[in-house]
Amino acid sequence: MTFEQNTLPCSYFTEKKPLLLENGTSIDELTVAYESYGKLNKNKSNAIIVCHALSGDQFLASKNPITNKDGWWDRMVGPGKPIDTERYFVICANVLGGCIGSTGPTSIDPKTNEAYGLSFPVITISDMVNAQIRLINHLGIEKLLSVIGGSMGGMQVLEWAASYPDRLHSAIPIATSSRHTAQNIAFHELGRQAIMADPDWNNGNYIKLGTSPTKGLSIARMTAHVTYLSEASLTKKFGRRLQDKKEISFGFDADFQIESYLRHQGLTFVDRFDANSYLYITRAMDYFDLEKTHGKSLTEVFEKTKTRFLIASFTGDWLYPPSENLMIVRALSAGGVDVSFVNIESDKGHDAFLLDEPEFDVAMTGFLDAVSKEIKV
Amino acid sequence: MSNKRIDLELITSLVDRETRVLDIGCGNGELLDSLKRKRKVIGQGLELKQERVNQCVARGLSAIQGDADKDLGLYPNQSFDCVILSQTIQATGQPKLILTELIRIGKKAIVSIPNFGYWKIRLSLAINGKMPVTKKLAHNWHDTPNIHLCTILDFINLCKELNIKIEKTIILSSNKTKSYNGIPNKFSNLFSEEAIFLIKS
Repeated sequence: MTFEQNTLPCSYFTEKKPLLLENGTSIDELTVAYESYGKLNKNKSNAIIVCHALSGDQFLASKNPITNKDGWWDRMVGPGKPIDTERYFVICANVLGGCIGSTGPTSIDPKTNEAYGLSFPVITISDMVNAQIRLINHLGIEKLLSVIGGSMGGMQVLEWAASYPDRLHSAIPIATSSRHTAQNIAFHELGRQAIMADPDWNNGNYIKLGTSPTKGLSIARMTAHVTYLSEASLTKKFGRRLQDKKEISFGFDADFQIESYLRHQGLTFVDRFDANSYLYITRAMDYFDLEKTHGKSLTEVFEKTKTRFLIASFTGDWLYPPSENLMIVRALSAGGVDVSFVNIESDKGHDAFLLDEPEFDVAMTGFLDAVSKEIKV
Repeated sequence: MSNKRIDLELITSLVDRETRVLDIGCGNGELLDSLKRKRKVIGQGLELKQERVNQCVARGLSAIQGDADKDLGLYPNQSFDCVILSQTIQATGQPKLILTELIRIGKKAIVSIPNFGYWKIRLSLAINGKMPVTKKLAHNWHDTPNIHLCTILDFINLCKELNIKIEKTIILSSNKTKSYNGIPNKFSNLFSEEAIFLIKS
């Protein structure tokens, strides 16, 4: 599924100034699709950017026009919620390389008047952040109150703080990592191989040829989805229960509820996501390695930064486990950076950061409140 | 708890203004908050219980959830001007290791202990023949988090063994306090309920 630029109900920012990319090439025309909530105050000091994860989008706290479901972090962002839109002006932009309105492989290449497809340059997390910088420049925001994000969103937060320490007062990286581990890369490779093995992928030219690699993309999603959960949450939710039957079928239909659930996850994903975009974004995450990009140790990357950090991890998260988050805490502490760390008890896996975890809400509310008092918002 | 406040005030008096302070076992951040207001320190807390870390964060303090027995390796050598361990050492698994960690991390350290050599505790054990339960040490032997209780003398001896210098001692008993440069006199092990030590490597 692809979405034409400017067809979704959200804000758009387009700039015809080349965006220089980490791989040395550039994008001539940048479009950023974004949503905002709340009001920007007079001195523009109450702005927060929330960075979305791999399969997220700009519909953070408003109905998603594609799925007709609530925004992906509706429980966290809104009036009276931890990220309180009555106090803060909250921006969420579709990432560079995405497929929900921002420039990505489904966009039209102005040079050829055709969709980029695989001719789209390979982008990185820092390219995504540079696109967001363009957006806040356009909105006239000098310094953000906070940059917040989980998973890939957390990687963007770290990159924000590492490259633009003067543009944010605080950073909240959640359930994330300062570099992709071999296991992280392995799971992404499974997904990419599934997409590329689908004959309808047509070497990435499926838009032009009118095919759609739905099988491959849905298998990619199924694999990834398992990594967002935990054994405990799968057992609790599904156990070995059978789907609409009393006995096993001695066949390969979806006998078990978990199979049926995963198939559903895969099928609904292809309605809202583009296969090439999935390749590009997973690649950006795999390439993420703050120490390598910045050519120094993690401690040196953040040394003496004035940015205040709140880092959160979840005990049941095995994709970006507490130990990975603690490594960042360690480096920040060593660099004399003001850092708080909460490790939330949860058996819900990586997805816990999106789910109901009251302890996490308390930390988020308190931290943002303290930062806004400190900078006198 | 008026007595607790005195304890915190005495510790506050030992902390220099505008320095970097690490409070290990910071609880809900009461001491850090007071240090931030009265001494303008840059404070950081380490606390085991998630709920208390949240309380710290909610009052605008920086705190990390972690275990004093496992996570002191987080902090590099001499990264704080002062490290505080208030009424916590008796609940740690390896007090000896922690003591050396304190003066590795901090240019100085403040340690406060409940004194198990206090005469009321001695008397209680002598008369009743049971592990003493007092206002300060309010647990039964089987459910107490205080697994490494010591006396003032024990603490002084351990510091000697580890070549740690005791610069100052403040002893407390029933709201009376007395300050010593170096170690306290020999009677304090009998007559004080609590002691605060300022130590250096």
